[in-house]
Amino acid sequence: MHELSIVSSVVDSVTESAAAYPGARVLEVRLRVGALASVVVDSLEFCWGIATEGTEIEGAKLVVKTVPVVVWCEPCGKASELDGVQSFRCPLCGELTMDVRQGRELEIESIEIDEAGENETAGRRDKAEVPG
Amino acid sequence: MTTRIVELRQGILKKNDELARTLRQSFTSAGVLVLNLVSSPGTGKTAFLERTLRELKARGARVAALVGDLETDNDARRLAASGAPVRQINTHGICHLDAEMIERHLTGWEIRASQQVSGSASQQVSELASQQGGAQSEPLEAAGTEGGRLVALSDLDYLFIENVGNLVCPSSYDLGEKIRVALLSVTEGEDKPLKYPTLFNSADAAVITKIDIAEPCGFDRELALRNINEIRPGIRIFETSSKTGAGMEEWLGYLAEQLTRRAS
Repeated sequence: MHELSIVSSVVDSVTESAAAYPGARVLEVRLRVGALASVVVDSLEFCWGIATEGTEIEGAKLVVKTVPVVVWCEPCGKASELDGVQSFRCPLCGELTMDVRQGRELEIESIEIDEAGENETAGRRDKAEVPG
Repeated sequence: MTTRIVELRQGILKKNDELARTLRQSFTSAGVLVLNLVSSPGTGKTAFLERTLRELKARGARVAALVGDLETDNDARRLAASGAPVRQINTHGICHLDAEMIERHLTGWEIRASQQVSGSASQQVSELASQQGGAQSEPLEAAGTEGGRLVALSDLDYLFIENVGNLVCPSSYDLGEKIRVALLSVTEGEDKPLKYPTLFNSADAAVITKIDIAEPCGFDRELALRNINEIRPGIRIFETSSKTGAGMEEWLGYLAEQLTRRAS
């Protein structure tokens, strides 16, 4: 339900970050979304086209990586990944645990940009940076 | 084509989280205990809060509430009957409260002796409201400054925030609260915690409402408690009825206990 506002925040942040690379075109935006983030990946993808339309990052691809829940089990002294979010038990010993170490992520991991992007189409290729 | 990967590692709700952190600091330094009440529509958040405000006031506690709804100030009017300062937040379609709405509604919160419900002045419409087409409070009457008294955080013991009725989206938005309370009524089904694990897993306390009608509803108490515990092991669970007052003593005892620990 709130995926559109989340996607709009992503568009704002990415546009802001991409401004550091004048003339570059954003090709891809990679998100990390935890299984406990309350976000529906399909809805994010659905909203993406709407939210990016008419912006500087229109046409960029959205890639969402789902992050599973990892809990820490004190008796086992180990972190384990959970299959789902229906039960917060250590898969090794069955003990309940409140110590969630991973799975709440809702972040922009990285963006892929084409630095030559608009420079190239504008015929100023010579100004494009050489990749590092 | 010269492509490059730019690592950002940036929280999508970074702005909300940063503001929530600032709010939490100001709540802590003002010595006010802030609770965020989250449930589905119809669980009885407002009735539960009405009773809580009334009972706390009767015990001499200084209480106030912010109440979020898509539209109407009906809830604020109901809650204001307790005599506590109450301010309505209308989100106009937005399915959750966020830290910015809280900050904005704490600013210039004016309370008059004759009018316990207040709204913000129209000039306080924020950037967010204009961007998202909503989220401004509705004054019950034209808000004025003369003869008014502002609600100060430092004058409060408890500030309750009643979130928009929704079990999904509010769980993503930190409001700067100290305690997040997930509510569940006996009419909703014992598996609600399993269906909405994100909220229950992020809650600090759980309240089961309407226990006075548990029996006719065929409510399986053991199963509900087990399900909550499966998602949030060890969480404090209160079984209450806002109508009969059952379970309220225990809940009020918990609040008092949290108040003494508020600065920690």
